[in-house]
Amino acid sequence: MTTTEAPLSVDKPRSSTRPAARRSNFELYSWVFMRLSGVVLLFLVLGHMLIMLFLDGGVHRINFAFVAGRWASPFWQLWDLTMLWLAGLHGGNGLRTVINDYSRTNVTRFWLKILLYCSILLTVVLGTYVIFTFNPNIG
Amino acid sequence: MTATLSDNDNAVTDLPSDAPPVPEGATMVTVKIERFNPEVDEDLHWESYRVPAMPTDRVLNMLHYIKWYIDGTLTFRRSCAHGVCGSDAMRINGVNRLACKVLMKDMFAKSGETTLTVEPIKGLSVEKDLLVDMEPFFEAYKAIKPYLVTTGNDPSRERTQSVAERERFDDTTKCILCAACTTSCPVYWSEGSYFGPAAIVNAHRFIFDSRDEAAEERLDILNDIDGVWRCRTTFNCTDACPQGIQVTKAIQEVKRALMFRRR
Repeated sequence: MTTTEAPLSVDKPRSSTRPAARRSNFELYSWVFMRLSGVVLLFLVLGHMLIMLFLDGGVHRINFAFVAGRWASPFWQLWDLTMLWLAGLHGGNGLRTVINDYSRTNVTRFWLKILLYCSILLTVVLGTYVIFTFNPNIG
Repeated sequence: MTATLSDNDNAVTDLPSDAPPVPEGATMVTVKIERFNPEVDEDLHWESYRVPAMPTDRVLNMLHYIKWYIDGTLTFRRSCAHGVCGSDAMRINGVNRLACKVLMKDMFAKSGETTLTVEPIKGLSVEKDLLVDMEPFFEAYKAIKPYLVTTGNDPSRERTQSVAERERFDDTTKCILCAACTTSCPVYWSEGSYFGPAAIVNAHRFIFDSRDEAAEERLDILNDIDGVWRCRTTFNCTDACPQGIQVTKAIQEVKRALMFRRR
C-alpha cells in the first residue's frame, strides 16, 4: 500500500513555477519570418525548378557551362543567393521548432540545436562562398 | 472486484446480480476504459464492461453504472453532471469531450455491436483511471493573471462598458476550465511547458477587456517561447471545446495583438 505523493494542501498558491517572461520578440519575429519567407520561397523554388527541370530541354541541358553561364549574370546570382539563405533559415527555423517540441530532455534539445545551427551555418556560408567566388575558367 | 492486469485485459464483465433491471429500449454496449491503479498496476491497460444504454443516456451514465454496479474502484471526476463545472473532460472515442454532454444515441454503431472507448485526457499525468493531475494546467492558467488588474483609486460607480466593448471578449468568457482544449493540443502533448489553449483563452478574456490595464503584461507573457507562437493552428482545441468557444480564433487574435500591439 503506497500513498500518493501529491501534497494535500497548496503551499504557496500565488508563487509561480514558470520563469518570468523574457520580454524578447524573437519568437514573434521568427513566426513572421516563416510566413514571409515561405511566400517568397514559393516563387523562387518553383521558378528554379521550372527553369532547371522543364523549360528549354530541362534537366538534360544542365552541365558546367550552363551553370557558369547563369552565374555570369548578377540576377541569377542574387536569385540563388536569396533562395539559399531563405531556404536555409526557413528550414532551419522549422527544424528548431520541431526540436523544441519533440526533445524529451533539455540536454537532447541543446545538442540537437547545436548540430542544427552548425549545419545551417556550414550550408549557408559554403553556398554563399561558392556563388561569389565561382570561377568559370576551372572547367 | 479489482481486476488483475494481464488475465482480464479484454475480458467483458457481465451484468452483476444486484444491478437494477434493464429498462425497456436499452441496448447493451461495450465500454472500454483505459485504467490505471497506481497501487497495483505498472502501466495503463484496457478493461471492458457490458452496460445497458438508453439512447437518452449520457456517457457519464455508463461510467456511473460501472462504478455503482460493476466495479466501485473506477475513478473519475464529475460534479454537476450537466456540462457546467467542467470536471469530467475525457477522451471519448478518441476525441476530448465532457462525459456529461455526450448522448449515447450519438455513440451507437450504425450496425452491430457498439464499443465505446474512454481514456483519460492526454498530456497530464494519470493519477488513477480517468483522473489526471490538473496542477500543470492550472499553473499555466494562473501564470497569465486571470483576474482584473487596474491602477489608481477604485471608481465610486461600477466600471461601465459599451455593448461593443463587452462583445469583444464575450466568446472567451465562456471557458469552464475543463482542459478539453489544452489536452487535445498536439503541442501540449509533446511539450507540457506550452501555455496551452485554455490559458491563452483566459488571457484573451482580459487582454481584450476595456476595463483591464494589464494587457501589455499578459501579452509579454504569451510572447515568450512557450506562448502563442507555439500554436500550429491545428484547430483540435476549437473542436474539443464543450462550450463552443472559437479557441483557435482567440489564439490568432492574441498573435495579431502582439504583432501590431493594438487591440
